[in-house]
Amino acid sequence: MAGLQTNSLVLSVAILAFLLGIWELSIPEQQSAQALTEYELLMGGAAPKAGVPPPSKVFMKAVAELSDPFYDAGPNDKGIGIQIGYSLYRVLTGYGLAALIAIPLGFLIGMSPMMYRALDPFIQVLRPISPLAWMPLALFIIQDSEGSAIFVIFICSIWPMLINTAFGVAGVRKDWVNVAKTHELSVWKTAYLVILPAAAPTILTGMRISIGIAWLVIVAAEMLVGGTGIGYYVWNEWNNLDLTSVIFSILMIGVVGMGLDAIFGLLQARVTYQE
Amino acid sequence: MSSHAFLSIEGLTQRYPSPEGEPLTVFENLNFKVEQGEFITVIGHSGCGKSTILNVLAGLDEATEGVVIMEGKEVSGPSLDRGVVFQNYSLLPWLSALKNVTFAVASRHPEWSADQVHAHAMQYLQLVGLKDGVEHRKPSQLSGGMRQRVSIARAFATQPKLLLLDEPFGALDALTRGTIQDELLKIWAGTNQTVFMITHDVDEAIYLSDRILLMSNGPYAQIAESVEIEIPRPRSRASIVDDPLYYEIRNHLVHFLTERSAQYSGQAASEQAGAPTTVRLSERQARTQSAQVAY
Repeated sequence: MAGLQTNSLVLSVAILAFLLGIWELSIPEQQSAQALTEYELLMGGAAPKAGVPPPSKVFMKAVAELSDPFYDAGPNDKGIGIQIGYSLYRVLTGYGLAALIAIPLGFLIGMSPMMYRALDPFIQVLRPISPLAWMPLALFIIQDSEGSAIFVIFICSIWPMLINTAFGVAGVRKDWVNVAKTHELSVWKTAYLVILPAAAPTILTGMRISIGIAWLVIVAAEMLVGGTGIGYYVWNEWNNLDLTSVIFSILMIGVVGMGLDAIFGLLQARVTYQE
Repeated sequence: MSSHAFLSIEGLTQRYPSPEGEPLTVFENLNFKVEQGEFITVIGHSGCGKSTILNVLAGLDEATEGVVIMEGKEVSGPSLDRGVVFQNYSLLPWLSALKNVTFAVASRHPEWSADQVHAHAMQYLQLVGLKDGVEHRKPSQLSGGMRQRVSIARAFATQPKLLLLDEPFGALDALTRGTIQDELLKIWAGTNQTVFMITHDVDEAIYLSDRILLMSNGPYAQIAESVEIEIPRPRSRASIVDDPLYYEIRNHLVHFLTERSAQYSGQAASEQAGAPTTVRLSERQARTQSAQVAY
């Protein structure tokens, strides 16, 4: 197994080096001003052309940004750490509110076939709506861009948690419920001591899917609402035509998303049991 | 009617609705009593409703008609006074063996301290041979036999008045089964607990029981006979087969299961309601012996 791990690691590094190499080599050098004729200079040939920056420049940018991630030099010039912090704050607030509603409601739906049937049509209609489609309505009702962004995260992360919780709770083995019954556990104790741990792996799967979706959506939401956040940062750097920063922030979005997923992966491993 | 018996089953009937309209009657008008401290087993073919009776006694199922009376009170719903050992062990897989038992002890004695609960649980786990760290393993890390031991320890640790065992050894190999049967007898001996067990295994039933209830095939299954096992306790696996009654009883049970159990099937039991016929093979043996002497 250890051999497999090292081999795959070596291969990953090789692929990375290969891709970065191609990227680096495919960017044409900027011609230096001395090599140009007077005519070319007059035509603006010395002005730097906007092009995709090579990975070396992105790397230099990353080093510069990450060595001082929390600087704040006014509304349009904040460190990458601050921008990501805003995004994480919105994601976690919306996501937390969604969890507070989705998990108890999921329990209810999972334990009561009647509630399941009653709420199913609502879920089926609301679930496929793109979270960003709520944005105008949210902006109008909430009258606050911050709140609207949080609402959009809330609405997009609620469905996987709700459906997985209901599914997990409904699927708890009857034997375990019978164990709770023969031990005279109250409804609350049964829910907490038997059904919650039994359904926890399925619930965590839903939570993991939700956090992934929330992180996808926050970038788009922040491009719309503006002001702060990693999504706004990407759009702002595009407006500045600073493609180095755009590429750097795209990579940061990926890294943070991976981190969030890894945290939920660890939680999931903790509650998973073998039958 | 003497309702002084510890457990009294009166007029128990189970019907399931079927798509054809005519409801399916699994059993009808069952009547029998169980005395305190008795070890009762029920033998019958699959589908005769044995497990349904056990689930009704446990309070997990409700019978269509009839009542179960324990210590003068009608049974309704599950209770810690009636412990259940399920065939598939039903341990909670996310808890260690020890936690599975402490969970039960704590629900029986909510006023106990954590130390008390732990000590009590360990005592019962040791009785079935789980110690030296094995008790900290999860059920998935235990063999089938070990899991069933934990399940038995869990049931006995709550000290129920009535213990219900649903084919507890059905999934185990013969050797493990023998060992755990002995452990079960050891842990049961001297508790004055009443045991109601379901099994398919004739030898197991004779070895463990005071009385065996023979169930005929369903639908309309009946408890046809109540065979008393007059082999003195303590019994041992080696010497029990030398008892003159052993093969007499065994043959009787096998004949019932292979031939007579099907004869009752399909007929409504209402005409012959009442307790099952009591069979004492020692009397029959005495009769045949005296008959032989007369020749």
